[in-house]
Amino acid sequence: MNYDKLLSSKATALKPSGIRRFFDIAASMEGVISLGVGEPDFATPWVVRQCAISTLENKRTSYTSNPGLLTLRQEISKYIEKTTGNTYCPEEEIIVTVGGSEAIDLAIRSIIEPGDEVLIVEPCFVSYAPIVELTGGKAVPIETKEEDNFKLTADALQEKITDRTKLLVFPFPNNPTGAIMTREDMEPIVEVLKKTNIAVISDEIYAELTYGTKHCSISSLEGMRERTILINGFSKSYAMTGWRLGYVCAPAEITKQMLKIHQYAIMCSPTVSQYAAIEALRSCDNEVKKMCNEYNMRRQLVVSSFRKMGLSCFEPQGAFYVFPSIKSTGLSSEEFCERLLMEKHVAVVPGDAFGESGEGFIRVSYAYSVKHLTEALSRIDDFLKTL
Amino acid sequence: MDNLLKLLKQNARLSNEQLGIMLGITEDEVAKKIKEYEDKGVIMGYSTILNDELCSTDNVTALIELKVTPAADSGFDDVARKIMSYDEVESVVLMSGGFDLSVTVTASSLKSVAEFVAQRLAKIDGVISTATHFVLKTYKDKGISVNMEDKDERGLVSP
Repeated sequence: MNYDKLLSSKATALKPSGIRRFFDIAASMEGVISLGVGEPDFATPWVVRQCAISTLENKRTSYTSNPGLLTLRQEISKYIEKTTGNTYCPEEEIIVTVGGSEAIDLAIRSIIEPGDEVLIVEPCFVSYAPIVELTGGKAVPIETKEEDNFKLTADALQEKITDRTKLLVFPFPNNPTGAIMTREDMEPIVEVLKKTNIAVISDEIYAELTYGTKHCSISSLEGMRERTILINGFSKSYAMTGWRLGYVCAPAEITKQMLKIHQYAIMCSPTVSQYAAIEALRSCDNEVKKMCNEYNMRRQLVVSSFRKMGLSCFEPQGAFYVFPSIKSTGLSSEEFCERLLMEKHVAVVPGDAFGESGEGFIRVSYAYSVKHLTEALSRIDDFLKTL
Repeated sequence: MDNLLKLLKQNARLSNEQLGIMLGITEDEVAKKIKEYEDKGVIMGYSTILNDELCSTDNVTALIELKVTPAADSGFDDVARKIMSYDEVESVVLMSGGFDLSVTVTASSLKSVAEFVAQRLAKIDGVISTATHFVLKTYKDKGISVNMEDKDERGLVSP
């Protein structure tokens, strides 16, 4: 079998995720303590788990409609209206997806053709650029900088726009930096966008996890609803990563196309997860607040610890990561992480795994117990002293 | 519950400095708040082990060592039989060494165990003395690990 002839050049050209490579090294070692995961350490709230159990007991195990249970879409619509002020029609403008990841895939595939350009705010979650490349589009990174608090500026955006630009991927609250964009921060961005025909993928998966300033969706700014594909989900806010459930809200013209891809590729999102998600939206506000409160205390501990170690550390306002700079050590992100892993058995993720502009930084997750964090941080401190 | 209390309940050994950082207040403010809570009786003390599983079920288990004068004809058997008949008693074992019978008792509260020991066990003819030890945590029972910390099922690194 000649696999070179067989395989798609687009697939073979994809770079394996930098995170994956790191995971393999870490997994082969004993006694590693990790600050490397991108998911909550909390279990899904009990009422949600219980709802899933009774869903199974009641034999609700068949497919749902393609876009998902109508009741769930209605609950999502209510939630989005409450948080953004925008109304999305549950019948036509909301699709329940397999995690936020599928929503990202659907959005990009519905819009991008070979040669189209997609602006991607970096550092960012790892999947946007590869999907753009699979469609034959061109991923154009827009670097955000520590001195701008890792926010997107209108100038940086304007500079990258060309005639071929169709999409802007706007991932805030941001993984890995923890940056957020306030309404005031977004106003100049919106001014730039309104003069174009560019749509925005607003990945708001961490919307419920902000500290101090409440999340503001770019879709809620004037003139933005018609050009925003709002993506959210249950993974981070409700600690439901393994349930694989997200959703997308967008104008019907766009969701109509997305639904066809979803229908052929996925059929429908997992039924049990959909019933559980209804329960999550209806009765878990307090649980979400509790988790957010816990993250906030840990966040302050971790930021303060890195600063005490002498590293420059941006104070994140959202998600559950800190993104300290390790430039002062003279090591590259990869070298730093690899040596930290080998010498102190602590796993963190090199910043460049989230785009070139992440070079010189490391991503540290605080989705861990205080006890775990304290131990890992003290090992990192020891490591820095040996440099 | 106040975040300070929440953190102390999770780990009463966090330093005032660490607590202050997590709460966004100074070390002195932490000390002051803790003192207030102690004075008001909100914080009643600090114990080493707080096992939620033991706290949430009302049951308390105690191991009671009994010294017994053996009877001329039946040895320890009559006393042991009498003890066995109580519902609260889970096990009765004759031991070698410093005491004679080891009795495991489960009751709904510390008070009811204490009452059981004072009103029932101590009054049995032939019982000379009792020593009561409360079970704080069970790690392994009948060959099965119990109450161990949850394993982190998440991978080491993920996006």
